[in-house]
Amino acid sequence: MDFRDTPAEAEFRAEIRAWLDEHLVGKFAALGGRGGPADETGWETRVEWERILGKDRWIGLGWPEEYGGRAADLSQQVIFDEEYAKAGAPARISFFGEGLFAPTLIAFGTPEQKQRFLPKIQSVDELWCQGYSEPNAGSDLANVQTRAVLDGDEWVVNGQKVWTTLAHRAQWCFLIARTDPESKGSKGLSYLLVPMDQPGVEVRPLRQMTGSAEFNEVFFDDARTAKSLVVGEVNDGWKVAMATLGFERGTAFLSQQLGFQRELADLIEVARANGSIDEPRIRQELADSYVGVMIMKYNGMRMLTNLVKRGVIGPESSIGKLYWSNWHRTLGERAMHVLGPEGQIIDAGFDGDYELNEIQRSFMFSRSETIYAGASEIQRNIIGERVLGLPREPR
Amino acid sequence: MDFAFDEDQEALRDTVRKFLEARSPESEVRRLMDTVEGYDPAVWAQMANELGLQSLALPEAYGGQGYTFVELGIVLEEMGRVLLCAPFFSTVVLAANAILHAGTDEEKAALLPGIASGETIAALAFTEPSGRWDADGITMVASGSGDSFTLDGTKTFVIDGHIADLLVVAARTQGTGGAEGVSLFTVQGDAEGLTRTPLATMDQTRKQARVDFAGVAAKPLGTVGNGWDALSKTLDQAAVGLSNEMVGGAQKVLDMSVEYAKVRVQFGRPIGSFQAIKHKCADMLLEVESAKSAAYYSAWAAAEDSDELPVVASLAKAYCSDAYFHAAAENIQIHGGIGFTWEHPAHLYFKRAKSSEVLLGDATYHRELLAQRIGL
Repeated sequence: MDFRDTPAEAEFRAEIRAWLDEHLVGKFAALGGRGGPADETGWETRVEWERILGKDRWIGLGWPEEYGGRAADLSQQVIFDEEYAKAGAPARISFFGEGLFAPTLIAFGTPEQKQRFLPKIQSVDELWCQGYSEPNAGSDLANVQTRAVLDGDEWVVNGQKVWTTLAHRAQWCFLIARTDPESKGSKGLSYLLVPMDQPGVEVRPLRQMTGSAEFNEVFFDDARTAKSLVVGEVNDGWKVAMATLGFERGTAFLSQQLGFQRELADLIEVARANGSIDEPRIRQELADSYVGVMIMKYNGMRMLTNLVKRGVIGPESSIGKLYWSNWHRTLGERAMHVLGPEGQIIDAGFDGDYELNEIQRSFMFSRSETIYAGASEIQRNIIGERVLGLPREPR
Repeated sequence: MDFAFDEDQEALRDTVRKFLEARSPESEVRRLMDTVEGYDPAVWAQMANELGLQSLALPEAYGGQGYTFVELGIVLEEMGRVLLCAPFFSTVVLAANAILHAGTDEEKAALLPGIASGETIAALAFTEPSGRWDADGITMVASGSGDSFTLDGTKTFVIDGHIADLLVVAARTQGTGGAEGVSLFTVQGDAEGLTRTPLATMDQTRKQARVDFAGVAAKPLGTVGNGWDALSKTLDQAAVGLSNEMVGGAQKVLDMSVEYAKVRVQFGRPIGSFQAIKHKCADMLLEVESAKSAAYYSAWAAAEDSDELPVVASLAKAYCSDAYFHAAAENIQIHGGIGFTWEHPAHLYFKRAKSSEVLLGDATYHRELLAQRIGL
């Protein structure tokens, strides 16, 4: 047990710091870490920034070198995430491509597919979105009804996806569709890669309770994609899709923790400024949130150690998703306690089209976090059944 | 970065677990909890002579083996898992560390080897009837000068105070308040003027006593008037140790719940297949694993004598107190009627969880302490 860097880790950390010191300046530094996969603050600047990152191979740093990566191990990836967050660098826009799709492709894709797609993710020429949820396939994801049939050398896709973050920005969508028309449930699905810029794809923004529209509905009406663009075997896409969810639930929260710590530090400043920091209830709540965010870090470090030693993300990664989403939702509620009546007022007034400030937006947006990427109830089923070995619900 | 126990540490855990399973099964816990002394001298001697548990984390210069708080944490976790009835926490965690931090080299050389060898049972007499865990709670006045002091007043909730051969007593010099003027003294358990009254405790697996002092002669431990830093550090380390102990109990009740949920059939199905039960177990797992992360990290901070210790000690104590109590309470609910009986062990853990929550300050107290320590 030792939480200090090894000499090699310290050297790698120094390299990242030096790079960030040199490049994270001017308008990039001015963004101050704002934004997120579903928050488009400073979009154009973030695209520009991310291309600089990609050029020096900080995107895909864990990929094999033959695809442009640095073959960095997990400890190094975490060190990068830490330094990146500490520096207050812009929130990443390539989360779906780099964070979810690329690891899936590296695990299940053909060499041709990897060669075709990974470099474009790194150069930020192609952004990705995730086509999983449908109106009747939410928690019951295996109930996907979108269909794909072969027509010569092409798949023809019909159906509707929903809650598709960044669909309006993405060039590509990785989606699951039913390719065996006789099938039901998790059998008979395939993991397809579909270009977004074509007549058969229509993206409609979905306005949320936050007033903004980060999510979309996507309609596929005879959309087409090449026969070769299936990841894994045809009709065996479920396990590929589940692997992606493993990445989503597993590694993502490690890099989130520092952002959350920053958010709590900001809230503490607000409490100091408005004097609520002297109220016993507020002190208890802020201290408890501090306990929570630090334990998030310790949990992450334990998970990472397991990952390095055993080499797989296990179902225990579900603890991470359940944990952080609940912590963040609670922080949002506590932030409203800190703000008091002032928190009820929209600064932008009537002209702002329900434009919330950062604290209000986080309070609202965090309601989605216990739903997306596997609702908390689904996470508890996974923990109960796969980690604790409790019997499955009869279905 | 490496957040895992190494092979030697895992081997230590195995050894301690096997020993405790053999020597502290539920039947022994029930036998000892019905006694006033609350421990088995033969097992205590075995712990010292065969396993070297009392000496494990003490410095080699004083008869110890020089291991760290990480190893001590493992031992405490295993003890918490079986509800070991023994004056280990009082002697090795509270009293020994107070001596280690406050004492002069001569005092340490005189007092610690007896603890390391298992011959001395020691207790920290700190809390008073106010039940406070901070410096202001110390109102007992020590009068005298040089090497000659007398103590008058009452200490209570003293863990194992009724059986201790040696008491480390917190008092203050006349006219002082807060951290200023706090001093530690040592008193022999059979000293003249000392009246020790065992208290009947709700948690019968950890004994407490009231100790009345009437002109009791006491020897200073370290510099008089300068004891708070040593005591504060001892309390932080004890919070870390107790957090690790609580984690052992919390994991045990989770294991009991999951096992029962798999075999108890109602409505024609194991109750663990119902989400109402499954989700309770999942939440318990999340909290138990998180408690472990906090407890283990805090043990490392204690082992390294890190600047982070005060913060992570309060953090761990706050979280682990809540997590253990919640898990122990849910364990009763999941077991239903059987979990409410005297015959079933669920109540033993529930009561230990409650007494551990209160000991050294509950979660609310430690969250406030944490707030101060992070500058809120």
